[in-house]
This record gives sequence, structure tokens and C-alpha cells, in this order.
Amino acid sequence: MNVARHEVMSGSDLLLKAEGIQKSYGGVLALHDGRIELCAGTVHALCGGNGAGKSTFLNILMGLEAPDSGRIWLNGSETRFASPASALAAGIAIITQELSPVPDMTVAENIFLGRESRRAGWFVNQTVMRRKAAELLERLNFAVDPRVKMRRLSLGQIQLVEIAKAIDQRSSVLIMDEPTSAIGDKETAVLFDAIRQLKSAGVGIIYVSHRLSELFSIADEYTVFRDGGFVRTGLMKDIDRDELIRLIVGGSLIDQQCAATEPEKATLLEVQGYSRAGEFEDINLSLKSGEIVGLYGLMGAGRSEFASSLYGISRRNRGRLVMDGAEVEINSPGDALKFRIAMITEDRKASGLFLSQSVRKNISLTSLSSLSRRSFINERKEKAVVQRMIERFHIKVRTRDQPVRQLSGGNQQKVLFARSLTTSPRILICDEPTRGIDEGAKREIHAFLAEFAAQGNAVLMISSEVQEILASCNRVVVFRHGRQVAESPVTRITPERLLHWAS
Amino acid sequence: MMSTPTKQMGRAGARSRTLGSLGQLFARYGIVIALGLIVLALSVLSDNFLTSGNLTNVLRQVSINGILAVGMTFVILTGGIDLSIGSVLALTGMVGASLVAGSKPHSPILAILAALAVGVVAGACSGIFIAWVRLPAFVVTLGMLSAVRGLTLIYSQGMPISNLSSGFKFLGQGTFLGIPVSVVLFGATALAAWVVLAYTVYGRRVYAVGGNMRSAHTCGINVRGIIFSVYALMGLLSALAGVTLTARTTAALPQAGVAYELDAIAAVVIGGTSLTGGIGGIPLTVVGVLIIGLLNNGLDLLGISSYYQQVIKGLMIVAAVLIDKARHADAA
Repeated sequence: MNVARHEVMSGSDLLLKAEGIQKSYGGVLALHDGRIELCAGTVHALCGGNGAGKSTFLNILMGLEAPDSGRIWLNGSETRFASPASALAAGIAIITQELSPVPDMTVAENIFLGRESRRAGWFVNQTVMRRKAAELLERLNFAVDPRVKMRRLSLGQIQLVEIAKAIDQRSSVLIMDEPTSAIGDKETAVLFDAIRQLKSAGVGIIYVSHRLSELFSIADEYTVFRDGGFVRTGLMKDIDRDELIRLIVGGSLIDQQCAATEPEKATLLEVQGYSRAGEFEDINLSLKSGEIVGLYGLMGAGRSEFASSLYGISRRNRGRLVMDGAEVEINSPGDALKFRIAMITEDRKASGLFLSQSVRKNISLTSLSSLSRRSFINERKEKAVVQRMIERFHIKVRTRDQPVRQLSGGNQQKVLFARSLTTSPRILICDEPTRGIDEGAKREIHAFLAEFAAQGNAVLMISSEVQEILASCNRVVVFRHGRQVAESPVTRITPERLLHWAS
Repeated sequence: MMSTPTKQMGRAGARSRTLGSLGQLFARYGIVIALGLIVLALSVLSDNFLTSGNLTNVLRQVSINGILAVGMTFVILTGGIDLSIGSVLALTGMVGASLVAGSKPHSPILAILAALAVGVVAGACSGIFIAWVRLPAFVVTLGMLSAVRGLTLIYSQGMPISNLSSGFKFLGQGTFLGIPVSVVLFGATALAAWVVLAYTVYGRRVYAVGGNMRSAHTCGINVRGIIFSVYALMGLLSALAGVTLTARTTAALPQAGVAYELDAIAAVVIGGTSLTGGIGGIPLTVVGVLIIGLLNNGLDLLGISSYYQQVIKGLMIVAAVLIDKARHADAA
């Protein structure tokens, strides 16, 4: 292995090279020095915080956008792709962070979208397509039925299908942008096996992930970007986690664990016998003042569904809710907010943000009634509150009136936290609060949660990252197939135990 | 080592920023500039254009479509559409007229209130099916377009109602401080709607529902209530337009208002309100209304056939959507 590695590094197997890539949007410089050298048969981690310019760089490699300047070589000859189709034709495929399935088509139809198997040149040959899809999924060990409609799959399964689709393009360069952000640990292991298969077949993979532990287990080399520019490249085996984090964030940060305080006694919320047909059954848990409770489980274990019904987005079939000793009814998010329960949903773009609207309007929306008199909004008061939140969460914006769409993922997530805080909640439910965001923002959010709990409030946090649960929660509740199978203080558990309970 | 390229980039960045903001300026106010150009061109080409008589005439002509377009702005901001407004306009005009016609007319106030009530009920019917039964707005209001037109014909037995009391006709023919009452009504409606959308909690919620319905629900907004309310409001404004038109033409015709929904939608779209919801507003809708009105008036003055007017209006709509698209590409 080491010998092979050495040959690879000699440069003869250089697949893709880019240097001096520059790009600005509407006068704002997003990337001033993008570069990478990718060798065949390697996994190359592209690291950087949000706003480091990774997405812009990848869009340029894929031909989605034209660079202002810079050069790209593929297999030794200089190229520039005018469109994703020409990049694909040249052998570069991407698995994007944003999933784009056609929900009413089957898995097989989605995998072969645009390159369907045909019969007599005109008609789609479903039989062949289904067989080929089944073979592909089996070879990759992905447990997905090619005949079902995409609509019926979980987020994790959709991600696997997208990965299978990209792999089947038989590209020599495969770009994976946060491929594990939506999938659980079990699917991740399956994915890594597939990546190793591709590596041994000589494919070069550019791998982007905020989950650093993943990089150390799958990547061979790394390149770090910061603030739109190249910082350093090297072999993964020559760097450790702390050093990598230092390169990504650039400066020193507050220490990771502002360890959550010991919980006090007072129970804020008690869930009794919550059930919803086909999703979760007989959930009993309590949230105490000062506590962060983690909800762990694999994809499809019913955690998000439970949280959604707790917050009133969907109805429960059975169950009671007791707050401060009295039973309360929550049948809509409006009810939940009245009882000072706030929620940050899993998919910030689909069910959290208003992308085309300003940061100001996004943050103030849930607290407008307290910022208005006789239903007229007091803009001076509104701006003051929003400004305070922007400072409180260090949200990077040019102006308060900048559309949220233009912010990086981490800053968008902070906007959601800012909004939920404007209603002064006592209980905060957050579903995968740090998914797909950079290390710096992650730490800030963890620090915020710890501080929020320390003020006598409570947090219910869904996370698929074992490390996150162990590092920031006091207690963990484990779901499996819609049932609550274990509950324990985190001090008494190991990652292995947690995984064991969940699977 | 890094400082030189960074500095260069800074300068290049500054230059393209000026260009970018010029582009943004045009994308945002292109339609206002277009309105200015149309006014300029018509003043040069026709001596009769810039007379107070003609301008008052233009405003009177656009007032009906203006009132409808204000309501349509609310509907489209939530991501919906209302095709039934022409029929609702006819029915409410007919109801109002029937109460003030003949030898023993009722009070015009009563007639107006009755018409407005009928309009709200019609809008509320659409609203219920769209918000709670969750049928597509296009289908529900297409059904209402036909059903309400039928009700109008049944109610009137297919006959026009004329011989209206003079108190009622004041609404369409009278003046207030020298301005035609119908223009005052349009102005007041637009002003009130602008204030509501830009400065009230309700307005923000309308934008939120159209911007992202699921996010709005998560934020505790009564999404169905908001959707219902915009159709009820649309019904109310259709009725206001209905009685105003009836009073101006001094008769209620069962075929009044056919295809009026298209001009209202055109005005909203030309004003840059996005058909997917969440983006837009009243001031630019008013500009859209004026552009359509000026085109009709100006081309009349220049003696250009109304056949061409329709082609030009069609091109305006497509151009407006193109501008809108360019603006979004810039924002992304």
C-alpha cells in the first residue's frame, strides 16, 4: 500500500489539476486562489469553513460557473468546462449537497435519468433499467429497492441513490460534497465501502465533509481553503485533528466543551405515551431545567417525526404533555410557541428559512407581535432586536437587509437560532443543528446550547453524530424503529454502546 | 506574497461592484424607467397626451383594473392566483344595480354594502377550497369563474339592469376635490394595501406564506387563515371594482368583466411580483397598471389598431418576466 502510494504521489497519475482559480459575484470576491492536485486512486479531502470558497471552487470544476481567471488541467491537457454536461462527458461527476430527485419516478428511473435504456430507439426499456439498477445497488451494498418511487424513500436512502447514480456515470473524477450530511452512521459505513471500491478502480475522489473524523478514516490527502484562498495541502497521515482544525479556522477558538452544567431538579416538560401510527410509539421522556437531552438513532428511527409532533407540526395519535405540572395541548407550532417551545427543523432551506427575504425579516418573523403596536410593526424596535441577535451569534452579513440566500450554511443556521431566541423559549428542540456547517459555527452553536441550558432552560437535540451527542448532551435517549429503546446519562456510555442500542 | 493579488482583486471587485449595482438598479427599477420612457414618447408623439383631460381619462380608465390588481397582488404574493374576479365583478355589479334600479331604489349605501358582502362570500368560497380542502388555486378559481358567471346570468336572467339612482352613479361619475371618485377609490385602495403589506404584521405573514409555506407553518403562522384571507380580500375588491364599473357605465351587464383577470394578472406580473410568491409589492403593481393603461391610451391617440395593442401588451408581460428572472439570477 505504501509503495503504491508512493507511485501515486510521483505525479504520473495526476488526474486533475487546478490553480489560481478566481471568482467574484456581484463585486464580492468569493474565491481568489483556488487550487487542487488530485491523483488517480486517492480520496482527497477538500476542507474549509463556510465561506471558504469550496462550493464556488467545485461549481467551477463542474462547469456550473465560469471562473474569472485560473487554469484547469484534466489528464494533462488544459480544459475549461462550459456546462455540467461537458464536465460529465469528460469524466467528472458530482454528488451535490442539495438533493435533486424526481419524486414521482422510481429509483431506477432516477438513476438512469437522461440516459435511459431504450427499446427500438424511442421507448424506455423499464425491464433492463430495473435490472441494471438492481445490480448496481447490490454491488454497492445499498439497501434500496429500484422499483419504489423516490417519494417514499428516507433522506438517507435518497442520498444513497444519488451516490449510486454518480458512481454509475463511470467517471474518473468524482466530487462528493457532504455525502454523509443526511445519512446515519450505518449508511456511512456502506458508503465508505463503496468509496474504497472506487479507489481501487483508479477513480480520484474529491471529498468535502465537515465531519472531520470521517476525513481521517477515508481520505489520503487534504487541501485546506480559508477565506476564499488556498492554505495548505498534504497527506492525511502527516496531520492530526487539532492541526487540521487550526488550518480550517485560522485562529484560536473558544474551547470545544463549555461542559453543560449539572441539571437541576425542576422538570420543564414531560412527554407521556406519545404515539403516531407508523412513525413512533409510546415515547416517554422528560426535560429538566438546565439539561441537554440527545435523541440518537439511525435514519428512519422516528426521531424527527417525534420532534415534529412534539412541536405541533404533525398531529399525534395518542399521548399527553405536561408542563409545570399542568397538562397542555399542542396542536400547532403556534401553540408550541405560546408555551415557549421553539424548534429548529432538520432541513433549514425547506422548512426553516425564507431564502429570498432579508436577514432582518427572517429573524423577527416569530416575534412580530411583540415588536408591533396595533399590528403595525415598530421598525426601530425590530432593527434593534435583530442587530442584537446578529451580534449575539456573530452572524456574518453585509447589511441586515441582505437576503438570507446569500449567506453561508453556518450563518443561515445561526439566523434560525437567532429567530428562535427572539421568542424567549424555555425549551428548544433542534434537529441536526450542526449538519453541513463549518467547524467554527459548530462550536459556536454548541457553546450557545450549553449557555442556553445553563440559564435554566432545556434542549432536546436530535443528532446522528455520536461525537456530538457525547460531547454536548447530559443525557441520551435512543430510538430504534420508532421505539424508545434506551436512556442513559452520557457519562456512562461509549460510542460503541450507543451504536449497539440504535442498530 | 499574498498582498499583491489580493489588492488587484480588490480593485477589480470594486469595478464590477459598480457595474453590478447599476445592473441591479436597472433590474429593480427597469419597469419604472419603462414607464418614464412611455410617458416621454407619448408626450412627443401626441399633442393631446399631456392634457389634464386626457390624463384624468387615463386614470379613470385604469381605476377598475387598478383595484383588481391590488387584490391580485395579495393573492399572487401567497403563491396563488384568482381567475374568477371578472365573474365576481359582474355578479356584484348586478346585485348592486338591482337594489338601486327602478322606481323605488334602496339607499346606494345599502346596495354597495350588499355587493361587497356578496364579493367577500364569493372570495371566501374560493378561499375555503384552496386553504382547507387544499385544491390548486388555479382549478378552484377556474371553477368559480364559470359558476359565478352562471349565477350572474341566472340572477339577471341574462338582461342588463339600467336606470340606476343618481346617488349610486356618483360612485362612477362624480368627482371628489376635482378627481373622479373611481380614481380616488383606486388611490385609496392602493395606499391602504401598500401600508398593510409593508408595515403590518399581517403583511409580513403574507410574504412569509408565499416565500416558504413550510417555514411559515414552522414559525407558528396560521398559513390557512392567511391564504383564506387573501381570497376573501380579492372578493371584496372585485366587488368594489364591480359597483364602480356599474356606476360608471350606468348599467350592470351580465357579460361585464370578461377576461378582466388577465389584465389584473398582467399588471401584477409587469410590476415584478413573482408568480411563485413571496416577492413583489403594491408600488410596482401600480406602475404595471399605469403602463397597461398608458399603452392602451397612447396607442389609441396615435391611431394604432387595438389589435396591435394586444400584441404589445403580450410582449410587455414576457419582457417583465425576463427582467424578473435576471434579477433572481443575480440574487442567487
